[in-house]
Amino acid sequence: MIGFEGAIIRYARAAVAAVDDVSFSAPRGAITAVVGPNGSGKSTLVRALLQLTPLASGSITIDGTSLAQLDRRAVARRVAVVSQRESLVFPLPVWEYVALGRHPHEGPWAAAPARSDVAITGALDRAGILSLGDRSTDELSGGEWQRVRIARALAQGGEALVLDEPTTFLDIAHEMSMFELFARLARDGMAVLLVSHQLNLVARFADTIVLLHRGRVAASGTPADVMRASVLEEVYEWPLLITRDPAVGAPALLPLRNRGSRSSSQSP
Amino acid sequence: MLWLGVALVVLVLAIAAVAYGAVPIGAHAVLDAIAGRGDPVTVSIVRTLRLPRAALALLVGAGLGMAGAALQGALRNALAEPYLLGVSGGAAVGAVTAVAFGASGPFILPLASFAGAALAIAVALLVARASGGRADPRVLLMAGVIVGAFANAAIMVLLSNAPPNEVRNALWWMMGSVSDAAWLTVSWLAAYVALGGALLLWLSRDIDILSLGEESAAALGVDAARSSRSIFLIAALLSAATVAAAGLVGFVGVVVPHLVRSLGVRRHRELIAGAALVGAGLVVAADLVARLATPPAELPLGAVTALLGVPFFLVQLRRLS
Repeated sequence: MIGFEGAIIRYARAAVAAVDDVSFSAPRGAITAVVGPNGSGKSTLVRALLQLTPLASGSITIDGTSLAQLDRRAVARRVAVVSQRESLVFPLPVWEYVALGRHPHEGPWAAAPARSDVAITGALDRAGILSLGDRSTDELSGGEWQRVRIARALAQGGEALVLDEPTTFLDIAHEMSMFELFARLARDGMAVLLVSHQLNLVARFADTIVLLHRGRVAASGTPADVMRASVLEEVYEWPLLITRDPAVGAPALLPLRNRGSRSSSQSP
Repeated sequence: MLWLGVALVVLVLAIAAVAYGAVPIGAHAVLDAIAGRGDPVTVSIVRTLRLPRAALALLVGAGLGMAGAALQGALRNALAEPYLLGVSGGAAVGAVTAVAFGASGPFILPLASFAGAALAIAVALLVARASGGRADPRVLLMAGVIVGAFANAAIMVLLSNAPPNEVRNALWWMMGSVSDAAWLTVSWLAAYVALGGALLLWLSRDIDILSLGEESAAALGVDAARSSRSIFLIAALLSAATVAAAGLVGFVGVVVPHLVRSLGVRRHRELIAGAALVGAGLVVAADLVARLATPPAELPLGAVTALLGVPFFLVQLRRLS
């Protein structure tokens, strides 16, 4: 559904490309995860998808049509993006905030959606926060706020959901329930494209992993293909061990203490 | 229902503005005079002095209130308003320049103001970006203060060779005043306020989206850069028209949107419409205070709004940090 083909992105005054010849696709009904160290180009891909950063070459496609040929609002009707951070200067009732997800479907004079609009209640329901509708956005916990943002994305009514590090500030229970939500959305047929640092969770939930390193694809494929110690050690520049997750058998990563390894500078 | 109540308050204030002054006129006589009946002196006072003055104050308040509401939403900055961003100062430079070349009337004066205002907002945004980004609301205000100070200096230079009475007029006008209201001014200001207000209402849902931030706006299909540029220009047009008509009236744009929000309004369509109404009421009330506080002298309107606005501003500033 979402495709990156030979994407190259250069920031002004930067010596090397932030994203260099990246190709992969995020199909419907699956979770596709983009992982990689800080600065490997993950968020740049999201910014390019939002058309906030231009491509120097290559293309981003939605169902085979280049983003450049699509109207921004038409893109927003099909692909919803939850960016890394968002804070509201002026708090809103949750349902009003979720209603903003209907913007790509509305004309400039359209009456704002009603509280009972099915697109809004449906999105609140799918995100599991039907009871939060009347709260104010400044009264939410971190986990609730992320779910509210996902509900707004679901209200856009598209078939693809892109999330940039959606669980960064969440505790284990909130993080797990968030990943379960993504799995459910993928099962319901959505294309879920997830940028994440949580390699172990990604290995358990994603269908495909794309590992970025300095703007390039270092490895991609199933979790078993990508979660190999030799590959990950080189990319993350840290010694680590790959074991099996005893519960589901997915590959699991264990970073080692750096003592005595090649890159540490030992003091006498 | 809420807006009906607010509208009623504004109407009462407007009638009070026509009734009170050097010669008090009863409410009944005011209505008679508007209809053209009664004592000819009263009719003349009401129709040629007080009515246009009240109308001008209403329009100035409506324009500044709407400009403030739009700027705050699009900039995600609860302290943004035309005066503090230096936009009004830029408009004043444009207007003073036009007047120096003998311009007046409905086109050249407001459009010269608009050119100054648009330039000022562009410079304020650039300065803010260069000094650490627009994300910090205080940096943007600092940039606005710098632009405003530069505008002030430019006006002083422009006036350095002007005859004394012209300087006195210009100074009076720089402190904001609706005392020289004429129907011609009222009519062209009404046209600009109606045009700017309609455009802002048309873009109001975009302002709702812009207030989420650049990335979220892009995710919802809004071209944040282009959309905010249009909104800045319309806000500059509204501010410029009020400056050309009544000089620098500060702080209205910061106080009014907060008052409207405190009534529970969140969406920018209602917020902008409400800001027009509340702004109109606020400036009419401020002008009433300006006339009645120290008779027979009049206070500058801008001084009254600043005395009201500064404590308000400080409370908001405290809330930020």
